[in-house]
Amino acid sequence: MAKVWINGERWVEVEDAEGVNVVHFTVDDKEIAVSGGQTILEAVQRMPGIGNIPALCYHPAIKPYGACRICTVEVSEDGGSKFKFVAACLYPVKQGLVVKTNTERVRKLRKGIIELLLARCPNVKRIQELAEEYGVEKPRFVLGDQDCILCGLCVRACQEIIGKSAISLVNRGIYREVAAPFYAYELSEDCIGCGDCAFVCPTGAIQMGPDGKPILPKVKIPYPEIEAMMQREVVATS
Amino acid sequence: MVELLQKRLSSPSELENLRQSILQRRDPSRTCISVCAGTGCRASGAEAVVDAFIDEIERRELQINVELKETGCHGFCERGPVVVIRPKKIFYQRVKPEDIPEIISETALRGNIIERLLYVDPVTNEKIVYEPEVPFYKKQTRTIFGANGEIDPTNIEDYIAMGGYSALSKTLFQMSPEEVIGEVKRSGLRGRGGGGFPTGRKWQSCRDARGDTKYVICNADEGDPGAYQDRSLLEGNPHSVLEGVIIGAYAIGSHEGYIYVRNEYPLAVNHARIAIEQAMDYGLLGENILGSGFDFTVMINKGGGAFVCGESSALMASLEGKIGEPRAKYIHLSEKGLWDNPSLLNNVKTWANVPLIINKGAEWYSQIGTAGSKGTMIFSLVGKINNTGLVEVPMGITLREMIYDIGGGIPNGKKFKAVQTGGPSGGCIPEQCLDTPVDFDELTKLGSMMGSGGMIVMDEDTCMADIARYFIEFLKGESCGKCVPCREGLTRMSEVLNNITQGKGKREDLDILEDLAGILSDGALCALGRTAANPVLSTLRYFRDEYIAHIDEKRCPAHVCRELIQYSIDPERCEGCLRCLRACPTGAISGEKRQPHTINQGMCIKCGACYDVCKFDAVVKQ
Repeated sequence: MAKVWINGERWVEVEDAEGVNVVHFTVDDKEIAVSGGQTILEAVQRMPGIGNIPALCYHPAIKPYGACRICTVEVSEDGGSKFKFVAACLYPVKQGLVVKTNTERVRKLRKGIIELLLARCPNVKRIQELAEEYGVEKPRFVLGDQDCILCGLCVRACQEIIGKSAISLVNRGIYREVAAPFYAYELSEDCIGCGDCAFVCPTGAIQMGPDGKPILPKVKIPYPEIEAMMQREVVATS
Repeated sequence: MVELLQKRLSSPSELENLRQSILQRRDPSRTCISVCAGTGCRASGAEAVVDAFIDEIERRELQINVELKETGCHGFCERGPVVVIRPKKIFYQRVKPEDIPEIISETALRGNIIERLLYVDPVTNEKIVYEPEVPFYKKQTRTIFGANGEIDPTNIEDYIAMGGYSALSKTLFQMSPEEVIGEVKRSGLRGRGGGGFPTGRKWQSCRDARGDTKYVICNADEGDPGAYQDRSLLEGNPHSVLEGVIIGAYAIGSHEGYIYVRNEYPLAVNHARIAIEQAMDYGLLGENILGSGFDFTVMINKGGGAFVCGESSALMASLEGKIGEPRAKYIHLSEKGLWDNPSLLNNVKTWANVPLIINKGAEWYSQIGTAGSKGTMIFSLVGKINNTGLVEVPMGITLREMIYDIGGGIPNGKKFKAVQTGGPSGGCIPEQCLDTPVDFDELTKLGSMMGSGGMIVMDEDTCMADIARYFIEFLKGESCGKCVPCREGLTRMSEVLNNITQGKGKREDLDILEDLAGILSDGALCALGRTAANPVLSTLRYFRDEYIAHIDEKRCPAHVCRELIQYSIDPERCEGCLRCLRACPTGAISGEKRQPHTINQGMCIKCGACYDVCKFDAVVKQ
């Protein structure tokens, strides 16, 4: 038997169906039961009114990735004495798990991450909204002017759903960006112009262009620098 | 073909017979010159020394009397190229090709000692003749690393002669997989790659994991600045690592393994490749190993040089041919790793411990070390230290013993300031903590970590804010950029640290650093990001006053940060020798011969060339 929170308004007692792997756990002191094999975020999203987990790099149709870390929550596997931070979009629900989605510590961590994102993308509406919700006023850092938060949703949608891989994440660390293969100036014919990348983009960094193909976020590294990098690599390998 | 058929061993007794016949063929009293041909000694010119030995032995037709061996790293890299003449173990250091004829005629043939090539103990000024008596080696416990100096890593017979593959034969024929795992568990061995996870438990969970295909992986993607112990082990004794890997495969029921090694380690790649080929030829790898019915193959995968690929999940992504990015390990890799199959990944040093545990037993092994950390650990002792090199010590030795007794202290009479352990994400440990025993848990308590065994010693001329800046810059460049805390956090941290070291810092910057450190350790996806703040946090904890000096007084106490120092010439001391004037690349120094010189501060780029060349200490750094 388990109490289940239905439609965000009432508790219903249900019996576990036979042959179904039901996982009972608590989210913000509310007991819930879901079928096993889900992540915390998946389970909580289907239960309106329970938990407060924002997410930027998550889309229900695409495999979770764990890049934005905004969905970080506290979980305890020992009934609530020891808590650790985990990404809700990746952490599988477990029997008896205690999940806290909106504690002081969680809000502080999310606030810090949002401050970093706002410093990178001060003009993105979704980030500004989150900043307001979490009380980030002005980032303490030099502001950038990016639109892309590098969540990788566009790349993953193109690969997983469309099966094309017409765009990819290239480079490492702060030089990472979304680009066409081999840094081509234009998207190759692999791009079918489906617009999936623009659709899943949480910040609007990708827009569809007049030629029916997406316009990728602007390239950060000036092209001369990339050419210089490539030449250095040729020298190094020859 | 006939030779190949003869070589192939198909039972444990054939292995034993081979061992006996190798030992019978060998005369232990024969003169054997072993030249260290590890990477450190090669850099100091060991290859020319080897060539000179070959020429001289051929010229004098001494091939029968004198054996020449190119061994792996002996560890005492500071004194390379190192030559040891057995059986007496006469130890010569910094040998040059010109010394070779004399070594052959005097030492190899007549047994006389050449005084000038001996190592002089800097403390007692005594000349030391024999290798085991060198203080650098005396305090070490070289259970894993010791064989490096005795065997030719490209010759499997050398390894077999000293008991090699007997542990494999024992596991295959006398132990069940559960017994092997039980032995490893009881030994208390913990992962040597940095995490310190109990090895036996990892093996158990991989054995218990459901799946027909399982993989074993040897992580030789060592990338910490200043650390090269995995490299030296794989170069100097590849068979010991390989034997461990095969035993691990048997224990978890795997038939396929990988050695993931950096492409920047060509010698390690080559020696691992040779070892695999030889083990295949001898029937110690491949199908039906030693006639036991157990099959196992190993492939080498060369890494492309990304630091983050040393992280286990990123390494597996790279092995799969994907971008080397870590992923969450909420489901352990031992259950769902390479291509979603159960995968057992251990560090080179962990694998090399395994044959030892099987041969000598868990009880013997667990006597070495401390309560929580068993066995020995290989450290690369580098930085401002007299005896640079690789040292293997039992867990629990104090940092002071390592730095002063083995490392020989700080050069040029300088004062010790800090030691950084555990690679770039480790912390800096100050003087007052030097008596801490070195093990996984104690180092973590100090705000540092064991890591893969890097140990960088710093003297009073090191600026701790600058050191933190250096490591954060390194990690920023190596962050894969997948998660926000690591990518953006490290970039901002490096901005703040650059400001501080350039004298543009504010008091609030210290709070920002601590905030960012919290975001990294709580929010980052993988261990690279979660530990990345250690250099900042530990220097803030132990050397906060230095940060304050940079911020409040715009002063670098160690006179390192370029923007905060000034060079000037003391007219009392300056002899007017023109030396600094000639050395200055920008022409900022003026003055007549035998008259005190002056520096034009507007033109000075603070390169320190004048400071380095002045013979009268007249150039002052403030």
